[in-house]
Amino acid sequence: MSLSDEARQKIQEIAARYPRRISATIPALYVAQAEYGGWLPKEAMVEVAEELDVPPSHVFGVATFYTLFYKEPVGKHVVQLCTNLACMLCGAETLQQHLERKFNIKINGSIRDGTTADGTFTVLPVECLAACGGAPCMIVDTEYYENLTIEKVDKILTQIATQPTVFFKP
Amino acid sequence: MRQSVRVKTLKIDDRDVGAREDQTLLEVCRENGIFIPALCHLDGLTPVGACRLCLVEVKGQRRLLPACVTRVEEGMEVNTATERLKKYRRQILELFFSERNHICSVCVSNGHCELQSLAQQLGVDHVHFPYRYPRLPVDASHDRFVIDHNRCILCTRCVRVCDEIEGAHTWDVMGRGINARVITDLNKPWGESESCTSCGKCVHVCPTGALVEKGRSVAEMAKRRQFLPYLTLMREGKQ
Repeated sequence: MSLSDEARQKIQEIAARYPRRISATIPALYVAQAEYGGWLPKEAMVEVAEELDVPPSHVFGVATFYTLFYKEPVGKHVVQLCTNLACMLCGAETLQQHLERKFNIKINGSIRDGTTADGTFTVLPVECLAACGGAPCMIVDTEYYENLTIEKVDKILTQIATQPTVFFKP
Repeated sequence: MRQSVRVKTLKIDDRDVGAREDQTLLEVCRENGIFIPALCHLDGLTPVGACRLCLVEVKGQRRLLPACVTRVEEGMEVNTATERLKKYRRQILELFFSERNHICSVCVSNGHCELQSLAQQLGVDHVHFPYRYPRLPVDASHDRFVIDHNRCILCTRCVRVCDEIEGAHTWDVMGRGINARVITDLNKPWGESESCTSCGKCVHVCPTGALVEKGRSVAEMAKRRQFLPYLTLMREGKQ
């Protein structure tokens, strides 16, 4: 697999917005991640490096620094469940245990442990989504869901399971 | 045409000193024979303020400021060696020692190591933090050089010299926090790197025994870095 012409063009467009092409690394990686089905294999990083004409080691460094770039295959929908202070006090722990039992997964930050057997969801714990006013909260793909309860989470995930993935596109 | 240079006057450790306005506190201190420890800073490379050993106290500032990236200002009053700073510097060095496996007695850089000499100089006789003993690889795939991650303090001198002076940018840092590591290309074995020119500059700017020449035994690896200021001068055309 390789980047489509459309994606390459998009990366060039983004790069043209900056005085230095290296500044486009993060948005270019997002374009590549969407192309590769939600994660970044090494080939994708090489292609981004070539497209931007920047050192591959730099692209690899950026991709491994940021947690929203996934270095192994993820499920169809990525669920980021906040387990930080405000959400924890409002019941995030119960939600976490519920999802772990429901999907037979472990929500420990490992993509492999957090992905459901059917590959529909990858659930990852995150530190603060900056929505403490609506705690407990989560993000599915690119959408925020707040004031969660077990019933609400179940309903949301059942609905989303059959819908297509929405990737963040810069 | 020569541009006129403006001069700033300031006080460092109660001494009146003069400096060019584009100078950093670290440069001025070193010019005036005032010792400030630093492990990530190296003359000729862009300063990054990463090791935090050059922290100084500036009057009127509640924060401590890293001298390597702080420009001089008119009337500044700077203290470089208060008890607080000495204590913090020792703690920073202790953290370096506890983070990876720095075992001087079996290190090729024993006796030629900047981390070791600073610890001796600043009186680090104990490490008050538990050692982490991480299991880290040694990559000896390159024909002439070895990278031992156990000795790396992530100062990024290798990354900067490779990018700024050699222009290859083979090195970079991957991961974050405690999992960060220097890498060549896409985290490939160094010997398989396509961009590495085998120039060896990274080896000679490395402050510890992390980057060394192959075949060196204990205490044999002294670094040679006379080349760096010269190369920088040539590159900047200042000569």
